[in-house]
Amino acid sequence: MGDHRYQEYVEKDDAVIDGIDVSGAWNRMWVPREVTEYDFTFLDRVTDLSGGESMGWCYECAECIGVCPVDNVGSYGPRKLYRKLQIGLDLFDHPDLWLCTTCRNCLRVCPKEVDMMQIMPAVREQAILNGNVPGELQEMLQNVAEYGNPMGESARKRMRWLKKFDEPVRDLSKEPGEVDVLWYVSDYFSYHPRGIDAAKAMVRVFNRLGVDFGVLGRNERCDGDSQRLCGETGLFEELAEHNHALFEQNPHERLVVSDPHAYNAFKNEYPKLTGTEYNVQHYTQFLAEKTEQLAGMFTGEFPRKVTFHDPCYLGRHNGEYEAPRTLIEAVPGIDFVEMFRCKEQGYCCGGGGGGMWLDGLTADHTFERLSENRVREAVDVGAEVLAVCCPYEVSRFEDAVKSTDNDGKLEVLDIIEILDSCLGDD
Amino acid sequence: MSGVLVVCEHLSGEFADITFELLALANSLGAGDVSAVTFGSMAGKASELGSAACVIDAGCEDEYNPESYAAAVSTAVDAHSPDLILIGSTSMGMDIAAPVAAAHGLPLVAYCTTVEATNGGFACSSSLYGGKLGVSSQVSSPAVAMVLPGSCDGDAGRVAGSPAVNELAIPESAGKVRFNRLIEPEAGDVDITQSGVLVAIGRGIGSKDDIELVAELAELLDADLACSRPIVDAGWMEKSRQVGKSGFKVKPRVYIALGISGAPEHIEGMKNSATIIAINSDEDAPIFDVAHYGLTEDLFDVCEELVEELE
Amino acid sequence: MKIAVLLKMVPDLVEELEVDSTGKALDTEELKFKLNEFDDHALEEALLLGGEEDEVVALALEGEGNEKLLFTALAKGASRAVQLTGVQPGGSGEQATAFAAALAESSFDLILTGVQSVDDREGQLGPLLAARMGLPCVSVVTGVSVTDGGATVNKEYSGGVMAEFEVTLPAVLGIQSAQQPPRYAPVSKVRQMQQTATIESLTVGGAGGGAESEVTAMAPPEVGASAKMLDDAAALLEVLRGEGVA
Repeated sequence: MGDHRYQEYVEKDDAVIDGIDVSGAWNRMWVPREVTEYDFTFLDRVTDLSGGESMGWCYECAECIGVCPVDNVGSYGPRKLYRKLQIGLDLFDHPDLWLCTTCRNCLRVCPKEVDMMQIMPAVREQAILNGNVPGELQEMLQNVAEYGNPMGESARKRMRWLKKFDEPVRDLSKEPGEVDVLWYVSDYFSYHPRGIDAAKAMVRVFNRLGVDFGVLGRNERCDGDSQRLCGETGLFEELAEHNHALFEQNPHERLVVSDPHAYNAFKNEYPKLTGTEYNVQHYTQFLAEKTEQLAGMFTGEFPRKVTFHDPCYLGRHNGEYEAPRTLIEAVPGIDFVEMFRCKEQGYCCGGGGGGMWLDGLTADHTFERLSENRVREAVDVGAEVLAVCCPYEVSRFEDAVKSTDNDGKLEVLDIIEILDSCLGDD
Repeated sequence: MSGVLVVCEHLSGEFADITFELLALANSLGAGDVSAVTFGSMAGKASELGSAACVIDAGCEDEYNPESYAAAVSTAVDAHSPDLILIGSTSMGMDIAAPVAAAHGLPLVAYCTTVEATNGGFACSSSLYGGKLGVSSQVSSPAVAMVLPGSCDGDAGRVAGSPAVNELAIPESAGKVRFNRLIEPEAGDVDITQSGVLVAIGRGIGSKDDIELVAELAELLDADLACSRPIVDAGWMEKSRQVGKSGFKVKPRVYIALGISGAPEHIEGMKNSATIIAINSDEDAPIFDVAHYGLTEDLFDVCEELVEELE
Repeated sequence: MKIAVLLKMVPDLVEELEVDSTGKALDTEELKFKLNEFDDHALEEALLLGGEEDEVVALALEGEGNEKLLFTALAKGASRAVQLTGVQPGGSGEQATAFAAALAESSFDLILTGVQSVDDREGQLGPLLAARMGLPCVSVVTGVSVTDGGATVNKEYSGGVMAEFEVTLPAVLGIQSAQQPPRYAPVSKVRQMQQTATIESLTVGGAGGGAESEVTAMAPPEVGASAKMLDDAAALLEVLRGEGVA
């Protein structure tokens, strides 16, 4: 099924009856007018799903299109999807299903509350159950199911990043017991080389601050939030059960996470399954509370022009815009500059909602990567450093820096790396 | 008779390299005379098999057939009672080794990289677990060994001569497997996951025009071209050539990485290659962590020099 | 049509492989097992071949992780799953004997296995099984279509060349790759199977695998930790020649 149905609803170019041209072509200004009676089969299939209902509420005002990050580099957005569904798009078997990064900017402006964060997982779940899952995404899902991380790395090697690293880290899988802070390290901080840089910085900062913290070690598994948004509900539930049990087994005052996706999962999604509220903070929130203490400890300066990219899942999804900025502005010597698209209007890096593992598919339907678009903006405001606080972003933006020929002009750093660099050796 | 029986392989009227590798191995064993089983009209090329003491012409059709070739080798084993039967660990060898071993109740050792004669049998070393472990084993004679291509020096077995050719009477085939046709790969339609040798280019290539030189090198090395993601993104090569996280996972015999820095996303797709050779001007490029051989020179210069030498 | 698919767990190479204190076997303590990747392709090919009327039966030897494996096969669309019990773990020869005993009881038209696995030192399961059952066998198959009383199969040679064969059924095929990448089994479907489906159990005799070889040692091949740096293009050419590509 496909777009050919469009033809059925378009006024004919040529309609002559009894010698009279009734097509209206003579009166046409630009393109054929479209008729307004539709076959709602495909739209109904979406709205019939639990979670898909709001797709039908769209009244095509197109507020969402202006703020959709994917439309910015292609043609997309809820209103366009709605229109395509009207004229016969089978969303369950179409690349459009996988382009949404669930960045939440559309919902922010939507007067009808068409909620892609509900619609996308619902439709994607059906697609996956029917076997329609893009190859690159399938591989990631298989890796998470098999190894508990999207890279397909050995679960046993989750703590390998601590090799040749002298700072003390309490691995609760080996030294159980109560801690103040249970630090959920996350996949990218555990396995990705640039994530590992940030993870080490986190340890140094925690230790300088005297934080009593522990990690789950080889038992920790992917938080599952992106997998949930990809429609792999079963996998999400399995991961949630696993991580929840670990949180229960390891007594702690608060849960501090490196990853906004994990933050979203533990704060908003796990409680729905487990009935437990978690005292969870993103690391920027945890550290922002200690700004004074940090300020007294800084020995170095960071005399560079820095801009900040709001992670969708910390900002728009959870309303936290200030904690990262508090930390950045506390850094001595820093010259902080905002990008135009910031805070509520922050642009998406393209990694959310499974986008992290859909680069190939997305590239086929967009003219540039979202991360490239964002990097250009950072360069435009004159930033030398693009500060981030989501583990997906460092690799995405570093790649985009290279592909936009900005190598050497813009450095991508996690906020924790900047803080660490100013704390000196001891 | 005793000695070693080598199962010759051929395709399109030529003996395959593995044939000469097996002959070289057979001769190095010092385990008695070496006889070579040929099929179809290949006995007519017995003079190429000079390193064998005798050639057993097993008849059969020219085109390989899993059923009749296996039956013929089995008959040859009956007739000659060799101490060791060497078969390639290849597409054809996989069909032949097991039925021959089963028919005569012989032990079978697969994926051998070395075989040595020992007291009363043979010591074999098999490359298992994706090459991560070498497993040594001892088998009593007679035995069947499947030898991995590239384990022995084929040139040593490539000796002209005039071995005696003995015709073998083989039983009529049951005809349960029938050859239809050969399917040649379509030109330009390369499946890089199946390539034996890959020359892969990355961002370091600089400009699209430079790809021509690399393509020339690839052709001289009988390799297929591959690339990392930025090259596909730039529209310089087809997606079907992309190695890495969002491309293909490859494990060729030799992977030559030109101007690829070695992002984890790329390494994920090629780390299992048997031999990795990396050329990159940056000596700290992470590709050197997974490479077996490295060279820190301008890749354009290196390519030019290689092409010149090889031509 | 009745299709059997033989599934096997193999050591996961993502984990470090350690040799145990005997020096002759893997240290099972640190081992993780996963489905042989070629078996996954064999299952996919069977599912692609099997129509409404056909029966696709997944079989596996009793062992760690095999139940999950069989439930996953059911989630992907297999009609039945059978676990063979009473088999002593052993090499591919013994496995072939066990599967042959199990398959002799019912009349399958096609028996698909992965073409090889990372641990089949004693030979590939498919041809070993075929030899025991007296069935025709083709290995390294990349495509199967079933015709009247037979199958047309593509067998891959090197360099992308393939040969097409007609095979009289019943037959054993060693699958290199299915015509489509193996499908994904959503976790919810696997979990549903674990709750609702049953895995049949079939006891087979622990008959021996025939003549065998004895492992005397096991060790990782010697490789440097990182790249051996070469001086110039000439040295590189030497390496290429050594690898037999120049």
